[in-house]
Parts: sequence; C-alpha cells; structure tokens
Amino acid sequence: MALQVIFIIVSLFTLVSALMVVLHRNLFISALFLVASFFGVAVIYLLLEAEFLAVAQILIYIGAIATLIVFAIMLSRGMMTGRTSPYNAQAVWAGLGSVVLGLVLLYVVAFRVQWPVVEQEVPPDAIEQLGRALVGPYVIPFEVASVLLLAALIGAVMIAREREV
Amino acid sequence: MIPLSWFLAVAAVLFAIGFYGVLSRRNAIAILMGIELMLNSVNINILAFWRYTQPDQMAGLVFAIIVITVAAAEAAVGLALFIALYRLRTTVNIDEVDLLKG
Repeated sequence: MALQVIFIIVSLFTLVSALMVVLHRNLFISALFLVASFFGVAVIYLLLEAEFLAVAQILIYIGAIATLIVFAIMLSRGMMTGRTSPYNAQAVWAGLGSVVLGLVLLYVVAFRVQWPVVEQEVPPDAIEQLGRALVGPYVIPFEVASVLLLAALIGAVMIAREREV
Repeated sequence: MIPLSWFLAVAAVLFAIGFYGVLSRRNAIAILMGIELMLNSVNINILAFWRYTQPDQMAGLVFAIIVITVAAAEAAVGLALFIALYRLRTTVNIDEVDLLKG
C-alpha cells in the first residue's frame, strides 16, 4: 500500500515537472524542471528495483546531460527570455496530436492489452549478473555502445570547435 | 505490489508530453529536452516490462543501458550542432533556419 502511494506521488511530481519543461517560457527554468523530472524517473526506476539504472540515470542524465543542456542554453542566450513566442505556428495542432497520441497509448498499452505478468523476485545479485551479462552474452552491444560514445565525443568536438577561417 | 499498467500509463503520458515539446517549441534546445523526456518514458517501459515479465534475465537492463548511452551521445552531438548553428546564424530557433526552403 505504501509503495502505491509513493508511486502516485512520484509520478505526479515527474509528470508535472515534465509539463513545466514543455510549457514554461523561460528556457533556463525549463532545464531546471527537466532535472526534477529526471530525478522522478530515477525514483520510478528504484520502485522497479533497478537500482543500478537509477544511479546511472542520476549520474548520466542529471550529472551530464542536464549540465550540457544548461551550458548550451548559456552559450546560445538571447532567445532565452520571452520577447517572442516560444511556440511555433503548429503548436495548437501539436497539442491536439499529443493528447490523441497519449490517449491512444494509454488505452492500448496500459489498459487494453493483458500483458503476461509473472510473479517473480529480482535476483539478489542482479547487479553482478548484469555485469557478467555485459561482458558475456551482450558483449557486442556493449562494444558497439563504447564505439558510439567515442564517435560522439570526437564528432561533438569537431562540430563545435571554432573554425579558423 | 504496484500493477504493471500504472508504470505503462505514466510512461505513455510522459511520452505524449515529450512529443508535444518536440512538435510545438521553436527553440532547438527545448526540442532536445522533449526528446530526452520521450527517451526517459521509453526506458520506464523497458524496465517495467523487464521487472514484470522476466526479472531473472538481464536483457531488459542491458537494453535500458544502451538507450541511456545513445541518449548521452545524441545530446552531446545535438548540443554541439546547436552551438555551431548559433555561431553561424546567431539563432537556435529552428523556424528561422530555413536555408533549404525553396
């Protein structure tokens, strides 16, 4: 029972923060609400007993991606304050479309389909098993991810560097 | 125990919110934030299915880790692109970047 109450509070917090991210006029405050939303998602991971993923979420999303976004906002200032509208011309249709998409997803994925749920505990050494799986059966995706990160690192430096023309 | 459909419902609403952010905002960084919200909701789905259908297998966790990795790479390259764009055009509003429009 307590878990359900915690889940409802955390999800409301996450969803309200996410709404503020897309609705707030000031981009910087949007980024701060994005951090709050990431944190709520990390707590949802904890409720799903994926502790490693919760810590990774905080480290990568809050520690790295949110910081990067704040840096980019600072570096591309000027459009930050609301002199002009933050929404484009299709905002109304986008709102309608997202409401429809959300309702369809809710109906089909969450309530219509009966998923084959099994009553099973997470193994107590799940993190150890995950580590072994990453260098055992899933070593190829692991290596591909590392190459992808290296490519992204070099690409980001090459794209953002100052051209000496 | 929390029902599986609750997690799926939260993920669905979060995805719709991110989708709205991507479609409606003018600032490219705000669009990137919408994409991050959508990726997060997908990750909630993956982990919920892992927990409720096969918690003794590690495939769900590995998949979620790959998604987080790709999100980090995408954010780094995307923000680098926006900074380069800002240097070139002094704007990151995507409806003002219309060089390819005939």
